[in-house]
Amino acid sequence: MHGFANPARFLRIARWATPLCLVLGLALATAAMAWGVFVAPADALQGDTVRIIYLHVPTAWLGMGGWSAIAIASFTEIVWRHPLAGIAARAVALPGAVFTALCLITGSIWGRPAWGAWWVWDGRLTSMLVLLFLYFGYMALDAAARGSQQAGQGQGRITAIFGLVGAVNIPVIHYSVTWWNSLHQPPSITMGKSAMAADFLVPLLIATVGFSLVFGGIVMARMRTILADEQAEARLRRKAMRATTTENW
Amino acid sequence: MTEAFDQWQFVIAAYVLGGATTLGLAAYSWLAMRRAEARRDKVREG
Repeated sequence: MHGFANPARFLRIARWATPLCLVLGLALATAAMAWGVFVAPADALQGDTVRIIYLHVPTAWLGMGGWSAIAIASFTEIVWRHPLAGIAARAVALPGAVFTALCLITGSIWGRPAWGAWWVWDGRLTSMLVLLFLYFGYMALDAAARGSQQAGQGQGRITAIFGLVGAVNIPVIHYSVTWWNSLHQPPSITMGKSAMAADFLVPLLIATVGFSLVFGGIVMARMRTILADEQAEARLRRKAMRATTTENW
Repeated sequence: MTEAFDQWQFVIAAYVLGGATTLGLAAYSWLAMRRAEARRDKVREG
């Protein structure tokens, strides 16, 4: 496992995997959304607004999946002190926050015709909003930690601990619709079972795969950005040190 | 009193917002990566 987390090996794989994930993901997501809008039937009760599901569900899954990835990477960083794990966690934060925000906004747009309200303070919506704030907190903490990197190793570990502790919210989001009364429907897809008809399920699964690939491509691109910045900074620092040493002689 | 909704307006709004944001984020990440890697290569050569 540690072998795969080697930065040089990661860069060799990411060089071809990043454009592949982005192009294939965008193509699949576009095809699935076109299928959902133009081919899939309207729902008997909700009418055409059900078509928002092909965007809303993948973004919800990626918002939660993003934080799960942050928690796993943070755990790896804390236990094995692997630098690539910390970079992966940092790279996931922005797309995770964007997809969580998209989930909340598309849910709100769906809620208005379905529930008659843009927003209700029920368990599912509130815990998802908490997730968005957790992402903001993580990004702010990470920016502060990098700003004071000279202060010592402890700063980065605080961000990792925050990433790990924030994962408590993930099961709360998942079970919120069963623990509390909610306008939000209970899960339609569980392990190995689906309450959805194939007409809705197939484009939804394709959209989820497509958006997941896009998400993966974005994360890899951001990891490559962070690695390139760190390599450039390290080289500039070495150059500056060499110049200072030469001057002193 | 009941409200009459054109459901397609909500569908279109969601898709335009979702599509534009996803495309924008993918393009921004790709361009930032290309810029950072070009800068690293320039520093290496210089």
